[in-house]
Amino acid sequence: MDELLNEFLTETNESLGTLDVELVRFERDSSDVTILGNIFRLMHTIKGTCGFLGLPRLEAVAHAGENVLGKFRDGELPVTPHAVTLILKCIDHIRRLLAELEAAGREPDGNDTGLISEINAIAEARPSEPDAAISEDPMNAPPVFDEAGFPVAAELLAEIAHSIAPTAIEFLGPETAVEPAPSPVVATAQQPEPGPISPKPAPLVEAKESALAASSIRVNVDTIENLMTLISELVLTRNQLLQLQRMQKSSEFKVPLQRLSHITSDLQDGVTRMRMQPIGNAWAKLPRIVRDLCVESGKKIELVQRGADTELDRQVLEMIKDPLTHMIRNSADHGIESPADRMAAGKSETGTISLEAYHEGGHIFIRIADDGRGLDVERIRRKAIANGLATEAELSVMGEQQILQFVFRAGFSTAEKVTSVSGRGVGMDVVRTNVERIGGAIEMTSEAGRGTNFLIKIPLTLAIVSALIVETAGQRFAVPQISVIELVRASARSGARIETIKNAPVLRLRGQLLPLISLRGLLALGEDDETKDRFILVTQVGSFTFGIVVDRVFDTEEIVVKPVAPILRGNAFYAGNTILGDGSVIMILDPNGISESAGQGRAQAASAMAQSAASAARHESDQSSLLLFQAGDAELKAVPLHAVARIEEVDARTIERVGGRYVVQYRGHLMPLIAIDANHFWKSEGKQAILVFDSGARTLGIVVDKVVDIARDRVSIELTATHEGFAGSAIIAGKATDIVDIEHYISRNAPNTFGAEPTKGVAA
Amino acid sequence: MITDSRTTTEDNLSAFVTFMVADHYFGVPVMRVQDILTPDAIARVPLGPPEVRGLINLRGRIVTVIDVRTRLSLPTLKEAGGGPGRCVTVENDGEFYTLLVDGVGDVVSVIEQEREQSPTTLDPLWRELVDGVFRVGDRLLVTLNVEQLLNIRGNA
Repeated sequence: MDELLNEFLTETNESLGTLDVELVRFERDSSDVTILGNIFRLMHTIKGTCGFLGLPRLEAVAHAGENVLGKFRDGELPVTPHAVTLILKCIDHIRRLLAELEAAGREPDGNDTGLISEINAIAEARPSEPDAAISEDPMNAPPVFDEAGFPVAAELLAEIAHSIAPTAIEFLGPETAVEPAPSPVVATAQQPEPGPISPKPAPLVEAKESALAASSIRVNVDTIENLMTLISELVLTRNQLLQLQRMQKSSEFKVPLQRLSHITSDLQDGVTRMRMQPIGNAWAKLPRIVRDLCVESGKKIELVQRGADTELDRQVLEMIKDPLTHMIRNSADHGIESPADRMAAGKSETGTISLEAYHEGGHIFIRIADDGRGLDVERIRRKAIANGLATEAELSVMGEQQILQFVFRAGFSTAEKVTSVSGRGVGMDVVRTNVERIGGAIEMTSEAGRGTNFLIKIPLTLAIVSALIVETAGQRFAVPQISVIELVRASARSGARIETIKNAPVLRLRGQLLPLISLRGLLALGEDDETKDRFILVTQVGSFTFGIVVDRVFDTEEIVVKPVAPILRGNAFYAGNTILGDGSVIMILDPNGISESAGQGRAQAASAMAQSAASAARHESDQSSLLLFQAGDAELKAVPLHAVARIEEVDARTIERVGGRYVVQYRGHLMPLIAIDANHFWKSEGKQAILVFDSGARTLGIVVDKVVDIARDRVSIELTATHEGFAGSAIIAGKATDIVDIEHYISRNAPNTFGAEPTKGVAA
Repeated sequence: MITDSRTTTEDNLSAFVTFMVADHYFGVPVMRVQDILTPDAIARVPLGPPEVRGLINLRGRIVTVIDVRTRLSLPTLKEAGGGPGRCVTVENDGEFYTLLVDGVGDVVSVIEQEREQSPTTLDPLWRELVDGVFRVGDRLLVTLNVEQLLNIRGNA
């Protein structure tokens, strides 16, 4: 396509994005002249460029829009929601035309008289009554003979005069060029000040833009990607060199190598920063979406944005754009109530959705909070049972917040009626999958009547990922660590054993049947040696969990994912390849592709397994696994095993006290520690057992005296709880046991998740 | 490697990097060749096409090793009892491939006008890959078309 046209498309699309945001701001505060000036200028630039490039359709539409905007600016026309809607419609139309232009390389056929006359009607301050005669006959569209239509013709004339004038009287300089232009118009049309509208702001913009242009340049994304790849390779080479140098006692290379190392790090930093973009770019469309929704549903919603300048990798940015949009829509559509309902609930008429982004410890946190009605726990509970996601018994030991997490499960949508914006089957599970695909985590809390809070944690960059290096049949492979949730050592003698059901290997893991895929079998590397110990990577893809059987597991390593050569691309099992620190080439496995082979390629085995799994599930349906422990006293306490991320033992001396609470440094972060017993005696030496709970982005440790056992039993609460933090008492494995309400502790200890709104009893 | 600088300047001369595969004398245009190396630490690609021997690390680039013997449906070097072989690295479409051959010879210059078409009696598979035949001394140099050589449809 034409270079010029290409540039025009890029620029115009950028301008349109800005226009959306500005218009919504303008509608809220119609007295702000600078905003209006911006909007007008943008529209004018689009129109001007279209005229220059010979795109009459686009020009006409932009012209009509500009017309109305000009009237706004001159105060001739009140800013009504209807008028703004029309302007937005006009922008949408321009966008559509641009899209077609981009696809076809030329302006599409057809005409836009309907829209233009509708806009003109507004410009002429007439109520919108699409004049049939006008819209049908394009020849009559410029209503020169219509009294009310007179100003339009004048505007057109002014435009023509303007576009001719500068070329004709170029040498006279801008001031003289402007003057003769309006005079014929004024003479014919008696329009107060039509001429100066267009030419005056233009020089201003140009001056501003050229100043901007001097300090920034446009760089092709490919160029930066390429540079990034090279830098990544440089980093790997540097690491190799450092490794070699470490093996030598003394070497004259040491000092220069260190310098090289520093420069490489700086370079990597610089290029990484180059790829960074403010997260506001992903937000640009949101005010418009919320605004449209308000108009459609009659709600009043304010979108508060904070930290829009927080920067993150553009690849990550692209991937969170859609989930964010979806969540904002959800909040606006389901979360915020109608003004009447809000008044009745004693809240202000206008609902607030706040969107906030910030950096913290190498990650980006994005919080989306609304002050709407919150999620309906009862409904989610019913739905979870109806959809077979959980049994009554399982739900009975779950806390409220835990039950809410079901909205993230596949096939779960609480929307009872489908609106034009949400409830179309793409639910929160898609959001979660998308977030997890880029190595992020999502966490949600909700309180009935107070609102819902989402916290998304995402890595800064995708260029370098952490991978687990495994070995099968003497060959090494890398598995992206984000998809591996657990490692299990399977041995023939004890502990976890690999069993087979009609030749389909499975592993019983905490009462769940885990389908297994042997990497040897998958990659045709021979048969597994059943006498040897093997390792199982418990892998999660979306909501499907399965195990990959490998011979050995080495360390994790930071790797740069490179695409495989074209002739190897047919294979879905590989996500790419990479060079390790020791210089060897290694294939990166793609858990997504492998899961597909588990799901479809082995339909037979899968169905056999599903059958046996179903029978096993029937057998164990009412049972759940519980971790039994003692804390504070001799009474047995229990938590659902699936809630426990790990059991750790730390040196009591490493437990520190900050801000009135106990913490321990855990995997590079501070993990708050909680004692169930208020009178817990904090040891100062010796070992301290800790149950680690992981709720999305945050971890929490509960100190216990002793882990007693793991039991599988039917949980039926015999006695209801007498004090906070307990769900009640039940008979577990023949003994009376207190069931701990772990959700209580997690929500109590994560005040951060509820942002500025202090929840009841933010303790510790 | 001997590079005859005269050859590139004269229009009617073409230079080829020559190599041996199972007693056949082959050549690829010298301008296509990036590197000659001895294969080391080839990482296998399970389930890859049979022609793909694996991947090697060439100064930080991942290069796909193509076994020319397999490509020409000849027994592999190992089956024929040969050594590790040598690799001729070529570039195609921005990607690097290296051709695993028995051994690498000199760079030879031939006169374009002496190019002969491959004989019609040749194996259809070979005919697809062969660009032309030149007489070099008392031997026949068979030149290969790199694009065709790398046009592997995979094993799917």
